[in-house]
Amino acid sequence: MTSRIGVVTFPGTLDDRDALRAARLAGAEPVPLWHRDKDLHQVDAVVLAGGFSYGDYLRAGAISRFSPVMETVIEQAKAGLPVLGICNGFQILTEAHLLPGAMLQNDHLHFVCREQRLRVENAATAWTADFAQGQEISIPLKNMDGRYVADERTLDELEAEGRVAFRYLDGNPNGSLRDIAGITNAAGNVVGLMPHPEHAVEPLIGTGGTDGLGFFTSILKKLVSA
Amino acid sequence: MARVVVDVMLKPEILDPQGQAVQRALPRLGFDGIADVRQGKRFELDVEGPVDEAALARIHEMAETFLANTVIEDFVVKVES
Repeated sequence: MTSRIGVVTFPGTLDDRDALRAARLAGAEPVPLWHRDKDLHQVDAVVLAGGFSYGDYLRAGAISRFSPVMETVIEQAKAGLPVLGICNGFQILTEAHLLPGAMLQNDHLHFVCREQRLRVENAATAWTADFAQGQEISIPLKNMDGRYVADERTLDELEAEGRVAFRYLDGNPNGSLRDIAGITNAAGNVVGLMPHPEHAVEPLIGTGGTDGLGFFTSILKKLVSA
Repeated sequence: MARVVVDVMLKPEILDPQGQAVQRALPRLGFDGIADVRQGKRFELDVEGPVDEAALARIHEMAETFLANTVIEDFVVKVES
């Protein structure tokens, strides 16, 4: 039986279709999940996709974090369910305190939309196992609130525990502390990052890169071998 | 109806580029002498019933869990007379 990857749609989510498509291309069964439905429909992993859920009102991810589906996602993530938060999904994960720190407006106050090079700093998480440690990848980055911040102690802790999962290369696009593009929780099942792997899964689309597919093949391998 | 105000500000150590942009615009508009600007949020809550200790405790809880993200923000709760 193939693995089921759920993708949550909140009001204002934009990249749910691409995430579902990426899951399918990787060989999983994509399962749309609805923000008002607490039931995760027996999915084996969850993707919180990018966009502007609830219009980013109050703070990006602040309102989504209290939606019915998130109650279950938070509870299950703590019990080991693999969860990937992309862009707005990353913001939701920090608001939900599943990942430490917070996301703020880009330091230059402009929207960023570009191809972004990253280094995979932790290839041992549920979502990065298909990459090599230190591998450099290139995927799209597009956001307004992409500046990762946390206090010095938290940053030192993340570094010491190898929980900085991705770092920006070729210049910091948003003022994120220590060039952090993505982090993981201690268990490695919850990963959040600002750039968009789901937009880089097919040679015909975008710049033609397929580096994003590795996120989805990683989780699939992990689920199959589990 | 009694009004309670919750002011939310970024913590002092957190960079506030919006506040900086406002500060930099001031001299151009002829407003001199402002060394720094920090921008925050103000929530005005019209409270049904009495603003007693229990109500204020609930508002404090609301600010802590929702109105502010205490990872990056501080908040102050004030009762307006």
